[in-house]
Amino acid sequence: MSALLEVSGVSVSFDGFRAINNLSFNIGAAELRAVIGPNGAGKTTFMDIVTGKTRPDEGDVRWGEYSRSLLKMNEAQIARAGIGRKFQRPTVFEDQSVADNMTMALRANRNPFSVLGWRPSPSSDQRVAELAAEVGLAGQVNRKAGELSHGQKQWLEIGMLLAQEPRLLLVDEPAAGMTLAEREQTTTLLRRLAETRAVVVVEHDMDFVRRLNCKVTVLHQGSVLAEGSLDHVTRNPQVIEVYLGR
Amino acid sequence: MTRKPFILRNPSVLVMLAALAVFTVAVTLMSQAYGSGAVPTSMVKVLGKTLCLALAAVAMDLVWGYIGILSLGQMAFFALGGYMIGQWLMYARTEAIVATSLAQAPIPPTPLELQEATASQIFGVVGSSDLPMVWSFAHSLPLQLLLVVAVPGLLALLFGWLAFRSRVNGVYLSILTQAMTLALALWLFQNDSGFRGNNGLSGLQNIPGLDGVSQARLSIWFLWASAAALGLGYVLIAWLVGGKFGSVIRAIRDDETRVRFLGYPVEGFKLVVFTLAAMITAVAGALYYPQAGIINPAELAPIASIYLAVWVAIGGRGRLYGAVIGAVAVSLLSSWFTGGRAPDLALPGYVVKWVDWWQVALGLSFVLVTLFAPRGIAGFFDLFTRRRESGS
Repeated sequence: MSALLEVSGVSVSFDGFRAINNLSFNIGAAELRAVIGPNGAGKTTFMDIVTGKTRPDEGDVRWGEYSRSLLKMNEAQIARAGIGRKFQRPTVFEDQSVADNMTMALRANRNPFSVLGWRPSPSSDQRVAELAAEVGLAGQVNRKAGELSHGQKQWLEIGMLLAQEPRLLLVDEPAAGMTLAEREQTTTLLRRLAETRAVVVVEHDMDFVRRLNCKVTVLHQGSVLAEGSLDHVTRNPQVIEVYLGR
Repeated sequence: MTRKPFILRNPSVLVMLAALAVFTVAVTLMSQAYGSGAVPTSMVKVLGKTLCLALAAVAMDLVWGYIGILSLGQMAFFALGGYMIGQWLMYARTEAIVATSLAQAPIPPTPLELQEATASQIFGVVGSSDLPMVWSFAHSLPLQLLLVVAVPGLLALLFGWLAFRSRVNGVYLSILTQAMTLALALWLFQNDSGFRGNNGLSGLQNIPGLDGVSQARLSIWFLWASAAALGLGYVLIAWLVGGKFGSVIRAIRDDETRVRFLGYPVEGFKLVVFTLAAMITAVAGALYYPQAGIINPAELAPIASIYLAVWVAIGGRGRLYGAVIGAVAVSLLSSWFTGGRAPDLALPGYVVKWVDWWQVALGLSFVLVTLFAPRGIAGFFDLFTRRRESGS
């Protein structure tokens, strides 16, 4: 199986601190993966590198069938290539309606002049309605995003990610601040999404990871400590030492 | 979902156009040239200039209120527009005068002699008699009209490309825009810049070829032109910010990083908006200075651009009618209070002379608006329309 995303030998330091140290990571085209690790293990920096926010000092990040390097692309180009990112804190445009938020995320030409000429069509309206229904915001499309509850904002953001139709979805702590029922729904959604695309979930919460029931990558001090099923990695003595055992 | 046409979705655009039409007709009917004469020509000029300032304020609102770039150099584009039209006005008129006086000579002047005589008339004041390179197109109205939008547009494109590409943001960007207008002003102050140094360009109220038309009539024509420009500019910008483009630029204002992760080229959007706003501002300037009659480098002083930001803030940024209200109200009040006609305010023990105290009052009201009514005067309209408010 050829990998969709291939991170090899990546290192990055901030002011002498090595946040990522010779990290290698692969993910296939339709795969669900959880990335766990203690605070400061480099989980967020890893996402920053893949999405173009941070440039690594060394190493290589390759993407897709043609193994294009992501290092020469900026954030917007990487997003257009098909990598979507869900932030820990829900970031939606609070001043605008749910429909406007979704419309902005819909897959379409992002060039300023194309955006200027873009007109809503029955199919775009329908797509927004479908997405809203999918993330449980069916009756709310005309509300301002700022009026939504915390959980609803998380859902809106996931809806926006779906609208982008990414091939790889990076999700940062999706369960944070969610109720038990919302977590349940999130798990189901993430697993369903992973049937057609790659999904990487960064998470602290072991219960949540267990529920995802997928391959797990454990990060520690900026590199991969162990990889495998959750049961496999939790039996690893090193993992127990740095992360689970205290 | 069915969608209403653009105009019906934006009732404020209709109201603004109607108000502008009523205002223009009313002033025309009270003018000396076409009506009762209740409004003197000097007042017509003040009103016409105010419409141009309102157009510059609407463009400022696009840049600041919608995409979030607090540009404190907008008046550089305004003045450049004025300089570009001023070159033709001054050259063509001087040439006509020189041609008349040389016509009495026994041998008719050659085109080159005519040009040299015109140049020495215009540039004698800075001790030169050669036509500078930058005046190469001054003989042609169409070319100078093209330069009215091309020169400020290119300046904005170049400046914006350099600044946005390096992701300069917030207060640093504001300082850069100030530096831009200051540097341009200092350059124009030099005699050898080719724009007559601190003398600037003058006599711009005399339109070449229209010698027989009185200033009373010309002032009304310019009022019409200014009103038309404001109306067109307003509709264009309202259309721009009404659709998905407006959605994206407001998103850039609120969280530019997030917009990048949606795949939008943020710098490209900023560049388009900044350049377009500069060109609209330049058109406003090109209509303003023939009504003012004179332009000099002091017009590019950073303080002028700061005033523009103050008007937009007081009027209410992020809504276009707010910018118009702010520019019209504050600039008319300013000229009333500083014109010496406002009655002094007698306090016990001290007499407030508005000529001195107006600046203080303006500064204070800016602080008060920022603190207590961040939506400005336009915010009061929300009290009536809140129920229908949905995002724009």
